[in-house]
Amino acid sequence: MRKVAVAGVGLVKVSEHWEKPIWGLFADAALQAVKDAGSDDVDSLYVGNMSGSLMQDQLNMGALMADALARPGLHAVRVEAGSASGGVAFHEAVKAVASGYSDCALVAGVEKMSDVLPEVAAKSLVMEEEQEYSAYTGVTRAGLSAMLHRLYMDLYSEPAEVGMMAVQSHENAVGCRHAQYPFRMSIERAMDSPMEADPIHMMECAGVGDGAAAVVLVPADAAGVEVAATAVATDYCSLAMREDPLTLGAVMKAAEKAYRMADVKPGDIDLAEVHDDYTINGVLSLESLGLVEAGKAAKLVAEGGAARDGSIPTNTFGGLKARGNPLGATGVYQVAEVALQLRGSAGDHQVEGAEVGLAQNMGGMGSTCAVTILRRLAP
Amino acid sequence: MGYGAYVPIYRLEASEVNRVWGGVGVPVEEKSVVAPDEDTVTISVEAAKQAVKRSGIDPSEIGAVYVGTESKPYAVKPSGTIVAEAIGATPSVSTADYEFACKAGTEAMQNCIALVGSGMHRYAMAIGADTAQGRPADALEYTAACGGAAFIFAERGADTVAYLEASYSYVTDTPDFWRRSKEMYPRHGNRFTGEPAYFKHIHGASKGLLEETGYNPEDFDYAVFHQPNTKFPIRVGRSLGFTMEQIDPGLLAPKIGNTYAGSTPVGLAATLDVAEPGAKIFAVSYGSGSGSDAFVFTVQEAITGKRGGPKLARFIERKKYVDYATYLRFRGQIIQ
Amino acid sequence: MSVPRYWREEVPRYRLLGKECTGCGTRFFPARPVCTVCGSTEFKDYKLAEAGEVVTWTVIRNPPTGFEKYRPYVVALLELDDGVRLLSQVVDVDPEEVHAGMRVEAVFRRVKEDGNAGIIQYGYKFRPVVE
Repeated sequence: MRKVAVAGVGLVKVSEHWEKPIWGLFADAALQAVKDAGSDDVDSLYVGNMSGSLMQDQLNMGALMADALARPGLHAVRVEAGSASGGVAFHEAVKAVASGYSDCALVAGVEKMSDVLPEVAAKSLVMEEEQEYSAYTGVTRAGLSAMLHRLYMDLYSEPAEVGMMAVQSHENAVGCRHAQYPFRMSIERAMDSPMEADPIHMMECAGVGDGAAAVVLVPADAAGVEVAATAVATDYCSLAMREDPLTLGAVMKAAEKAYRMADVKPGDIDLAEVHDDYTINGVLSLESLGLVEAGKAAKLVAEGGAARDGSIPTNTFGGLKARGNPLGATGVYQVAEVALQLRGSAGDHQVEGAEVGLAQNMGGMGSTCAVTILRRLAP
Repeated sequence: MGYGAYVPIYRLEASEVNRVWGGVGVPVEEKSVVAPDEDTVTISVEAAKQAVKRSGIDPSEIGAVYVGTESKPYAVKPSGTIVAEAIGATPSVSTADYEFACKAGTEAMQNCIALVGSGMHRYAMAIGADTAQGRPADALEYTAACGGAAFIFAERGADTVAYLEASYSYVTDTPDFWRRSKEMYPRHGNRFTGEPAYFKHIHGASKGLLEETGYNPEDFDYAVFHQPNTKFPIRVGRSLGFTMEQIDPGLLAPKIGNTYAGSTPVGLAATLDVAEPGAKIFAVSYGSGSGSDAFVFTVQEAITGKRGGPKLARFIERKKYVDYATYLRFRGQIIQ
Repeated sequence: MSVPRYWREEVPRYRLLGKECTGCGTRFFPARPVCTVCGSTEFKDYKLAEAGEVVTWTVIRNPPTGFEKYRPYVVALLELDDGVRLLSQVVDVDPEEVHAGMRVEAVFRRVKEDGNAGIIQYGYKFRPVVE
């Protein structure tokens, strides 16, 4: 298996793109990435998309997007793994290049959530859960996260400490051109906002948006951004089946595989893009990734540990909360952002001396997880 | 063989109805209101499960489940099919829903008695339950309530809680209260629902049964009558020669309103909750349209070991008040 | 809502009927094809305990489609007296009254309907124990 590198990156601002159809958003990001890579020898396409069948009535998206790029004959497929679709699509593309099946893979995550009413967007999130005994209770992703949030608060922290995860994400997003909400948010604003699902406040939850991000992968050279590892793991779907609900088993297992593959330890990670669709999930992700000790992440974030100059720079462009969470696209945004950091082209968001970065993308309540580690190759 | 009863947790006070509509009536103090996720089927299941538990029988041996109601969730699909499935009586079971306004529950009882008496089934369950809908600003809005009770009938034996001595049904074509099929609310004849309807038929059934059995009112420990409000059952009971002491234990309307097809069954269940072995119970229902079913039950020794778990009084005292708007919301009466 | 999908789960939902692994005795709800503990594929019917306690809970204030008319409602992770855990709504209670360790018992309730003309879907929920 040969080494794989990120050759090009494309990012669309997360927003409500009323005028763009889904293939239009895709094309914007894809063409950006191809241009950035300086080559258009793409011979395989992996599309990360979660809810196109519900929101756009669209299946067979691989073919649709290859069509949009005027590439008949292209190997193309849509990858779906709930909210982890982007991260898992990236994983599939890496394997294609590493194995030699593909010499130039294009991965694009795309989602258009503004096409549907908020209730339908909420329903799509709950479609990631087991339907007959979890979704049938009328629970939402916010509700499931809230249950974990309550357990965490009972054991480890104050509500406002977990809430700081959102405040930090917003702080990191200030000035970011592709972020949905590139402005500061105070902890007071977060804690005063109405309850989404007790005890989670509305302002602790990632919003709904449209977006597309793309990455071009090629065999690695002597210099550039290498894909040091990519791993996917799953866990039992229902919280009722988890021995310790506060341990995200899929995250732990995917991370273990990734660290081993990359031959690094958690302490070697210079920055992490984690799945903070709800503040608690960001906190638990940091812990299950082994980047922070169990029970300590909320306090660490509250004390500034996740800032650009903190001990574990996290969500450096705003994460899901402030950069945005266009479901199937999110995982590719994360990887693209890590790549920008390792290239040194993160501008005001740059983490100084970043060499190794991690992206973690989850589907369901941590029932699927894709972890990617990128490494700067210096000649 | 066993019995169970259930009343939902929410209550609407008559004073709250008056606050909104400017009326002054207090035909009952308050009435029971279902939660948005309850209906006649869920009420029936609660009562049925309690009856099965108390009876000690294997539910798969129940040969019939008959639900009497005027608020069945499906116009076509018997509530009994869902209740039977929920309690584990399927598939060797017969079910159907009965309708006879407020006496649908006792109709079901009459037929279960016949099934067991004829030897067709070893056990037959009759349920009377309703989630009665009151037209806003109508007199019946104060009292149209929700609740139900279930009775498992079996051949009289040492393990039965009460045995039936006799029953009698008295029915005529008297259109005092009715609902056409596509209408949401029933209509009624106001004062016509009194003498020519409620009183005439309860008198007819009661007199008929007393004559046939040779009993006098003094022979009974308890008297349960259909209770559309607080006053009617007291009036009809007294006019037949019964006393407040006999009527009171089964008189629940002041606190829960009129549970329609559940009314007499629930009153009977409340009486069984307190009656001592050997006590005689006179129970008479009334259903508009019209008719009455009258029963004489004698309580047996076995009852003392077969009324465990929360009694009806516990469900009645378990309550949360709702305001009128919340009541309308829960009952699906707000146009959206 | 698919009628076959609803019908298939009636008995497990109505009667809280799960499965017990014949290999190691572990109990599951709902049923599954492979035991998570010993890998066996042989199971027998198992009737769950009908009472238990709240482990953690939330209040749903923005329901998904189909559940709008019930908002707000409590959903909890419960541990039944036989050790089996499951997710369920908790009803007949004000959200402020719910607490970890609260004793609850199973009840039969409506879950949702398919409009005014489709089927009514029933299932289990839990309420504070009525002694």
